[in-house]
Parts: sequence; structure tokens; C-alpha cells
Amino acid sequence: MIATLFRFKGGVKPETHKDCSTRQPIARAPLPSRLIVPLHQSAGGTPRPLVEPGQAVLKGERIGAADGNFSAAVHAPTSGVVKALAPHVMPHPSGLSALCVVIEPDGADRWIEREPVNYRSLAPDELRDELRDAGVVGLGGAVFPTHLKLKPSQGGRTETLILNGAECEPWITCDDMLMRERAEVIVRGGAVMRHILQSERVLIGIEDNKPQAIEAMRTTVARLGETMEVVAVPTRYPAGGAKQLIKVLTGIEVPYGKRSQDYGVQCFNVATAYSVWHALERGEPLISRIVTLTGNVERPRNFEVLIGTPLEELLPLVGPLPDTDRYIMGGPMMGFPLPSASVPIVKATNCIIAASPALFPPPPPEMPCIRCGACATVCPHELQPMELYWFARGKNFGKAQEYSIFDCIECGCCAYVCPSHIPLVDYFRFAKSEIWSREKEKAAADAARSRFEFRNERQEREKREKAERLAQKTAGARAADAKRALIAAAIERARAQKEQVQPRNTDNLTPEQQAEIAEAEARRARIRAMAQTPPEKPL
Amino acid sequence: MITSPHVYLPVSVRAVMAKVLVALVPGIAAYVWFFGGGILVTLALATLAALAAEALMLKLRGKPLAMFLTDGSAAVTAWLVALAFPPLSPWWLIVAATLFAIVVAKHLYGGLGQNPFNPAMAAFAVMIVAFPGLMSQWPAAAQPLPFAEQLRIMFAGARHLDAMVMATPLDALRTAFASGEGRATVATALAAYPGGGLMAGKGWEWIALGYAVGGLWLLQQRIFTWHVPTAFLGTLALISGAFHVAAPERFATPLFHLFGGAAMLGAFFIATDPVSGAITPRGKLIFAAGAALITYFIRVFGAYPDGVAFGILLMNMCVPLIDMKTQPPVFGRKDGNP
Repeated sequence: MIATLFRFKGGVKPETHKDCSTRQPIARAPLPSRLIVPLHQSAGGTPRPLVEPGQAVLKGERIGAADGNFSAAVHAPTSGVVKALAPHVMPHPSGLSALCVVIEPDGADRWIEREPVNYRSLAPDELRDELRDAGVVGLGGAVFPTHLKLKPSQGGRTETLILNGAECEPWITCDDMLMRERAEVIVRGGAVMRHILQSERVLIGIEDNKPQAIEAMRTTVARLGETMEVVAVPTRYPAGGAKQLIKVLTGIEVPYGKRSQDYGVQCFNVATAYSVWHALERGEPLISRIVTLTGNVERPRNFEVLIGTPLEELLPLVGPLPDTDRYIMGGPMMGFPLPSASVPIVKATNCIIAASPALFPPPPPEMPCIRCGACATVCPHELQPMELYWFARGKNFGKAQEYSIFDCIECGCCAYVCPSHIPLVDYFRFAKSEIWSREKEKAAADAARSRFEFRNERQEREKREKAERLAQKTAGARAADAKRALIAAAIERARAQKEQVQPRNTDNLTPEQQAEIAEAEARRARIRAMAQTPPEKPL
Repeated sequence: MITSPHVYLPVSVRAVMAKVLVALVPGIAAYVWFFGGGILVTLALATLAALAAEALMLKLRGKPLAMFLTDGSAAVTAWLVALAFPPLSPWWLIVAATLFAIVVAKHLYGGLGQNPFNPAMAAFAVMIVAFPGLMSQWPAAAQPLPFAEQLRIMFAGARHLDAMVMATPLDALRTAFASGEGRATVATALAAYPGGGLMAGKGWEWIALGYAVGGLWLLQQRIFTWHVPTAFLGTLALISGAFHVAAPERFATPLFHLFGGAAMLGAFFIATDPVSGAITPRGKLIFAAGAALITYFIRVFGAYPDGVAFGILLMNMCVPLIDMKTQPPVFGRKDGNP
């Protein structure tokens, strides 16, 4: 039993607006005219496509295979024909496109052969592979591959398993409705996870503004005879942040850069537990999820939506009001406006809020910081946002890191309470991305420098080697010259000997002839001497 | 692009400043009750001067006039100047002080949010150094002067009648000890002092109570946290209590110090100024305790009638260091984290 709940510092209590979308049960969204299934829907590597245009696919058929272990597969959400394998604009703040498999449903909604596995009979590694290939990822929004988190801590077990049903963001009710209506599958999924993690205790944390979900979960846990504890946690944003919920339920603070399993805790969204059970016990991969469609609409409601359904085909179900000017994916505290209504619903889409200037007025103009410290009071990571703001503004990124800017989870509490309406989170995003890009640049520069140095060294070495080779060669040549000289000298000696032996035509002459020759020689010598002696005066 | 968060609390700098002004009302009401309507004229005069100076500086600095002129920060500075200065100060002293506060202490440092010193206290310090005589004329509270007479003193330069001017209780004590041939005690000095009240100066103690009431309301409204007023008043009480216990005939009671002079105004409205004060929780405690200690020593051993302004200004200087050295540990990086 939990004796006491812990409290995380900070947090805010924005208006929840959850009632409007919980009045109706979850409805199944109709089959859309086409499904745009992005290949990259989880943290980690982009799955490689397994289908080609024109190919027929069945519901649940794998269309993208996990790229290594840090990835998760994607599947055809219904049966039909692959129309294209093309880039399509993504539900991402960047508005960039990514490769998608476009499927035209055939309307038959025909399943592949589903192969349920008995999780008790499979080894943990096999179970993790199953989950990876079933595309199960965290459905709280971070879409981290679930199989990677389902590894026991050191010592073979993760003592505490937490199922996160806090759902602290305003407007979002998909987890609330899932717990109310499908508690049994969640609890059974939790039991599977507990089995894999060998957890001693399982805590299900739900914010106390969801009494019906708490009741449903408690009843189900009791009915199934599970020893899990459903804990109502105080409603305070961001109580549903994994680190905040872990702190509230266990008192453990998991620092930035550390994994909770190192502290013997692991935390999963309730919808993830739901998907785990479906993947293993039914053999049904993750092809749909619950999405809250709410905000500036006539009939806010939760829908079970096939992954890849274009938003624009869902909107008529809820009737956006005429003054709707944008759609926010996620909640109002951390969500972002969608670049287009044609974006597909993805595994990360928990909520779509139709926004209007009346419902979400733009913030008043930014004033200077008066250091009131309200931001520091509400920061759940106990940072000093006003100091970080100064450092980010002054591009003093070293100081920003010293003041732990990367601990910031961008929950938005600081900007929510700022009396000067400073978009603090934007400043922090800016500082983080600058630091990242600088680090990247630095890494690139380091790589370039080491490449350059290596190249210089290589060139030096080559030059050196060449010089050595040359030196060797010339040394060899010199040796050859000496030999040649010896030979030449020998030839010369031989020739001299020969000359001495052979008579010249001036030998054996008469004395007159000899006198004539001597005279001629003397004349020649005189002339030579005259030619060599320069005239004393110029003529 | 519009980024998260998409919702905001309906808070603003203007609302914060407005609450501070409202919280000053009980103190002002007591002021009017004991000293007559002159203070209202002083308040209006300071406010006008502050707004004019603010407008001029905003224009010179090329800042949006409408946004900053209505933020209320100039009015808060003006009111603090008016309330900290002796009542019936000549109009030009108030105007000059306000101009100094807004032009020099605020805008030359970069305007709203940038000033390292509390503007009202900077103005007070400059004026007490420049015009020590004027800054120590405090009228008696017993019989407020007629309103017309007050206006004549403020605007026409009419001299205070001697009977109407007297030292503050803090001054009275210091003077008694300075000239008392070693025989004066707190009891005899205060007995000889005609302006004495129940705890401190007559009238002043009620005004101080008014400030305390307004300050507690601000605390309840979360305009500031408990740290600064608690540390300021607690330290002042402790240090004065310690001296009083050691030598009761020489040192006045903690109550006398808490309700005398500008202690309450300082604790709730000046030391709590977020711009010039420390910002971390521990930093706030150090900042306020330091300000209170300096206040006490200037009051008891210094040459000025009160020490609140200098206490806060001196601690303003230490704020960057205090904040740097008192950064609280962040989530997950604390000692004893399980």
C-alpha cells in the first residue's frame, strides 16, 4: 500500500475543459477514402518500406519493418491497395514532409492471419521482438518504442511498474475514456508488462479529476484479482509527465539524462498497456488509437481512429465552428499548430483541438522581465526560468547549460504564469537548438580538422617516403657511376698501352723532315702564345 | 507561428503594480488620518512627475509609450517616494526625487526590469545626502495642520512652525544618547519625547500597521513570497531584541524598531521589489536579513534618521552575487535523492 503521495514542486492548474469531450462514448471513426501512413512514427530509426505501389495489403499487414532495434514497425490499418509511396506533410511543428504509404481501402477491412502469442510461454526477448514488430510505441505522445522500455532493471527486475493515466493536459480525454470503457484490456496489458519486467508492484496513477476512470480501473483490478493499485493523484499540470508521476507515486526524482529503470521504476501510458495486450493476446498490431477531437467544434468527442486517417476526413464528425483558424495537436500547454488539415493521424496524436482567436487568444505583447520569480515557483524541474531567459536572450549558451537548460521539459508552466507574457519556452527551444547546432558544428569542425590533419600527415608521409625512395635510388646511381669510371679508366689504360705499342706516322723520319716538323711545331707554339697573350695597348 | 503554451493566466505587470498600489491604501489612509490631506497632494505630485519623466524617457529611448506608461511601475515608484519622504516636504524636493528615481535610477539603467537599485530608495539616499536638513523635518502627528496651511508649506515655502517640527522617535533616541551625558535611557528619552505612541512614533505606528495589512494582502495574493518580509522583520526583531535584552536602558524594544521609521514599508513594499532584490528563495532570506541588519545598525549607531533605504540599497549591490551563490538544486539533482 502507498502510505503517502509525494509532491513535485511547481505546476499549474489551468482550466481543464475535459467535460465537453467525455459526454459521449468513444466512437469508431468511419473508414476514410485513403490512409496516409507515415513510415516514421516512433522515436528511433525510420522503418524501411515493405510494400510497393499497386500492391494489395491486408489489415494489420506489416508495411514498414523496424530499422534495427531502436525503431518500431508500421502496419496497414485496413485492407486495400497501396496507391503510392510518397512524401506527405507530417503532423510536426516543422511542417516537413516524410515518406508515407498511401493506401486506398477496399472497404472489406480484411485482417491478415492474426497470431496471438502466449506471453507466459515466450522468452522476454521474443516478446520484445513481437512488440517491436507489432509497432507498439508509447501512446502518451513521446512514441518511444515500448519494447526498449520493457527491459528489467539491473538485477533482473524493475521493482515498480507505473501505468500513467494522469492525463494532465487540458482538453485531452482519450486516456480518460479508454480507462472508463476498456479498463479490462489496460489492466491485462499491465499484467503482461509486469510479467516482462518482473515488477513487484504496479501503480496506476490517475488525476483525481477523473473519478469515473478511477472507479472503472479500481473495479476492474479487483474483478480480475490483480494486485495493482489505482492511485488518485492531485490534479496539477504536469502531473502526467513521466518524471512528475514517478515522483508523486514513489518519491524518486529521475534526473535529466538518466533512465527511470536505473531507479527501479518504469512508466507507461495506459493506452500503451492496452496496445501491448492487443499485440500479444490478439496478434493485432498498433493500427488505431483513441483521439480526442475537441475545442472549437460543435460535437467534441473521442474517436477510435485508424492511423493514417487524414485529419480533414475526421473534422466533419465533430463540426468545427466557422471561426476556427487552426488545429492544435496535443494539449494547449505543449501542443503545436498543425501545418495543414491534410496531415494524417499518427501514433502520437492523442488530441486535436480546433482553435479560434476567441478560444485561444494570442498572448499580449511581451514586456520586460521584472524578475517576479513566478516562473521559478511553477517550474516542475525546479529551474530558474528567468535566469535561463537572460542567458538565452543574451546567447550566453554556456551559462544556460550551467543553469541546466536541458532539464527543461518545455511544459509551458513558466510562460503560462508570466505577467510579462514572455514566450519563455520559445527562448528555451531557441537556446537548446542553438546549442545542439553548435555542438553539431563543432563536431563537424572537429571531424574536418582531424580529417585535414590526417590528410596533412598522409601527404607528409608520402613526401617523406618519396624522398627516401629517391635518396635510395641516387645512392644506387652513384654506386653505378663509380663502377663505370673504373671501367673507363681500365679502357683508357688499355688504350694507352696499345698506343705505346703501335708506331705513329711521325716515327722513323729523316733528320730534315724532323727539323721541318720541329720548325712547324715551334711556329704553332709561337702563334698560340701570341693569341693567348692579350695586347698591352688597344690598337 | 503560434507556439505552446496556447493558454495564459490572466496576469500582467499592470495588474501586479495595481495590486501594490491598492495595498498601499491602508497605510495612506492612516497617514491622512494622522497627518492630514497633505500626503495626498504629495502623492499626486509625485505621480504626475513620475509619469512625465517616464513618458519623456520612453520617448527618448524610442520605446512604445502606451504599453510602458500604463504598466503602473512609475506610479509605484512615485508613491514610495512620496511615502518615504517627510510629510510636507517642499514640492520641488518631491519632484526632484521622483525625477531622479525615474530618469537616473530606472531609465538610465534600461527601464522596467533593469534597475539594479530600488529607484525610490536611490532617490531617498541622494536627497538625504543633498538636503539633510529638509529630510529630517518631520511634523508632529498630534494635531494635523489645516490643509491650506499644509499646501502653503509645500508650495509657498512657508516655514514649519517650530512646534510642528520635531525629530522622529528614532532621531530622538539617538540625539538623547549623543548629548545625554551618559545618563539618558530609552525610557527617559521617550518620556521626554512628545511624539511617542504606544509602540513607536505616534501616528507612525498606525501607518506602519496599515502597511503591514496591505503587505499581508499582497502575500496572500502571491505578489511576493513570505521570504523577504519574514526575514526582514524577523532579523530586525532578533537583532533589536538581542541588544534590548543586553542593555534595555540603552537599546529600544523590538516593537519600537518594527513599528518605527520605514521598517514596515521597507519589509513589505521595498525589499520585496523583485527587480532590484534577490530572486532565489535562500537569496531572498539573505538579502532581507542583510538589509534589516544594516537598517538596525544605521538606526542605532549611524548618522541618519533611518537606515532602511541604505540597508536595501547596500543589499541591492549584493544581489547578483547572492543569486549566483544560492541557486537551488534542480529536479533530480539534490542530495539525498533516493
